[in-house]
Amino acid sequence: MTKNPQLSEDGALRHLLTIEGLSAKLLHSILDTAESFVSVGEREVKKVPLLRGKSIFNLFFEPSTRTRTTFEIAAKRLSADVVNLNVSASSQSKGETLLDTVDNLAAMGADMFVVRHAQSGAAHLIARHVAPHIHVINAGDGRHAHPTQGLLDMFTIRRYKQDFTKLKVAVVGDVMHSRVARSEIHALTTLGVPEVRVIAPRTLLPKGVESLGVHVYNDMAQGLKDVDVVMMLRLQNERMSGPFLPSAQEYFKYYGLTAEKLQIAKPDAIVMHPGPMNRGVEIDSSVADGGQAVILPQVTFGIAVRMAVMSLLAGT
Amino acid sequence: MKIHIKNGRLIDPKNKFDGVTDLYLAAGKVAGIGQAPEGFHANREIDASNLVVCPGFIDLAARLREPGYEYLATLESEMQAAVAGGVTSLVCPPDTEPVLDEPGLVEMLKHRAKSLNQAHVYPLGALTQGLAGKVLTEMAELHDAGCIGFAHADAPLIDTTLLMRAMQYAATFGFTVWLRPQDPFLANGGIAHDGEVATRLGLAGIPACAETIALSTIITLMRETGARVHICRLSSRDSVELIRQAKAQGLPITCDISINHAHLCDRDIGYFDANANLIPPLRDQRDRDALRAGLDSGIVDALCSDHTPVDENAKQVPFGEAEAGATGLELLLPLTLKWASENKILLIEALAKITSAPARILGLDAGHLSVGHNADLCLFDPSADWRVVANALKSQGKNTPFLGYAMLGKVHMTLVSGHVVYEA
Repeated sequence: MTKNPQLSEDGALRHLLTIEGLSAKLLHSILDTAESFVSVGEREVKKVPLLRGKSIFNLFFEPSTRTRTTFEIAAKRLSADVVNLNVSASSQSKGETLLDTVDNLAAMGADMFVVRHAQSGAAHLIARHVAPHIHVINAGDGRHAHPTQGLLDMFTIRRYKQDFTKLKVAVVGDVMHSRVARSEIHALTTLGVPEVRVIAPRTLLPKGVESLGVHVYNDMAQGLKDVDVVMMLRLQNERMSGPFLPSAQEYFKYYGLTAEKLQIAKPDAIVMHPGPMNRGVEIDSSVADGGQAVILPQVTFGIAVRMAVMSLLAGT
Repeated sequence: MKIHIKNGRLIDPKNKFDGVTDLYLAAGKVAGIGQAPEGFHANREIDASNLVVCPGFIDLAARLREPGYEYLATLESEMQAAVAGGVTSLVCPPDTEPVLDEPGLVEMLKHRAKSLNQAHVYPLGALTQGLAGKVLTEMAELHDAGCIGFAHADAPLIDTTLLMRAMQYAATFGFTVWLRPQDPFLANGGIAHDGEVATRLGLAGIPACAETIALSTIITLMRETGARVHICRLSSRDSVELIRQAKAQGLPITCDISINHAHLCDRDIGYFDANANLIPPLRDQRDRDALRAGLDSGIVDALCSDHTPVDENAKQVPFGEAEAGATGLELLLPLTLKWASENKILLIEALAKITSAPARILGLDAGHLSVGHNADLCLFDPSADWRVVANALKSQGKNTPFLGYAMLGKVHMTLVSGHVVYEA
């Protein structure tokens, strides 16, 4: 079990399951590859023939619009054949196991699976199971990881801030339940960001979060001070009122990003959000639509980053 | 049948004996130690040179999956696994289907087990009907049918009043109540120890305080009710301290830990190894070290296998959906030896944790080799090495976090009531 399951014997990336354990060099090479794909999206003919003849299955056991769509666009721009499967609605309800579903799709000639699942570790399970020529991309597993989101966030930061080693970055919100937060934190620490902070009430911080290499703040005024990047997290509806928080209103008052709170950060700080946003809960509209927000560029870059990951995996 | 076992190293923790000597068995009992009884003519001579001869092991937790879960394992397969592991007596929890809450079911299980002529089976009766935590079972009737104590297995016991009444009722008859402490609310939805590993892997946590809070409640209720309690499968260091205090105050409390928790911690989940999905969850290294130290000092009385055969398909799913548990009967001896060698424990003291200590908890005349007493014993080669692979295990369950591990110590022969029931 000690072998990193996403790397091949010679250390090349075979699957993308988590950012944890990947080298800074590898992350930069993915970002560099993504740079070359950004221009593809700006052309009249938005297509390159790199994955022609390859079949990519988007295997989504959890509903998603944005992530699935950007993966689909990325695959199509690489000229791959894409099949979208919303599995929660079909075989799982008939009692078929996850690996049976995977086996059946592999028998249909899948070259790559893009997997989203509500359980942490689902993508690892599939990666361990599939034949050596099949690649797995984790598009979000439970609370564990969402590595392409982490990468596209790094791409965005690199675009606006260039040097990771001079930055202070704050990740704000429901870290406990967030796979995005975990992938962002691993990516930031791997790329040499000297100060990664998390800001949240204690109910939304997982035990021992410091062990991930972050500084913990419970207060926005202190946590946002002098940061270069503010990475907001989505607060799920079901957590807004219950054992984690008393109300969305109180959360917004103390942890929602307003123009006033953003002033505590550096004047040129950028604001990011993985979407979909809850305006008025974790972020105020004036910030979301304001000049410091780079939320829509994140989405655009997400396509280039996913193209980069797919083409790198297919090349191994 | 008269058997002469010669040249073996006899280790009997209860009688504090460790030395090379011969053993003579007749009519299912030990007939002589060191010296043959007068007129003894053996039907069979067994050369135990280079082998340890010791009382058969007593396992305080082994799920046989009967009745109800025969697709996971059958009494036949698991009883063979038991004797292949040198286990001659085992306690099975009541969480079968149906639950062991009626005397008829207990009698049937005892009868089925007896007809196989292998290890002795001691069922635990359910503490509440259907393990639903609402109505007490007919404990006295169940005891007469063969239950050695009363347990709630891993079913939640939410109502503290009911727990107190159950303990009072059991204490009325002097029965032992077996409890695995876990606050059902704090544990709800959790699948791994609430710590750094769960945080990194994004697994919902079960905090250690889910155990200590429930254990504190149980200890308080012991003072209130006078019940005797055996605490099953401790997992955390703070619990070891609570047990130490309770014992220091003279409360009639005993406890065990599983072989998994004696050796592994949450890091062994690795990359979501579903075989490491266990109940209670594997906690951190400091917890594991405290459990091992507690076993050494005697705060923890016994080591058990917590044998739980699980179907391969139920482990080939994401970690959080996997069925918890690990096969263990055949790993009890080598993992006891591994603990002994790592913690520099004398063999005689280590074997006490799986022979005399569990016998004392059960109040059984077992777990020792004395002239005139039952001849349940095990011959093992302490230096035989083997690897844990699926086809090395007799149990129908091949699921264990120790898959691939090298083990030292292999059972050579097992005898129950003077009969050879297993030979390697």
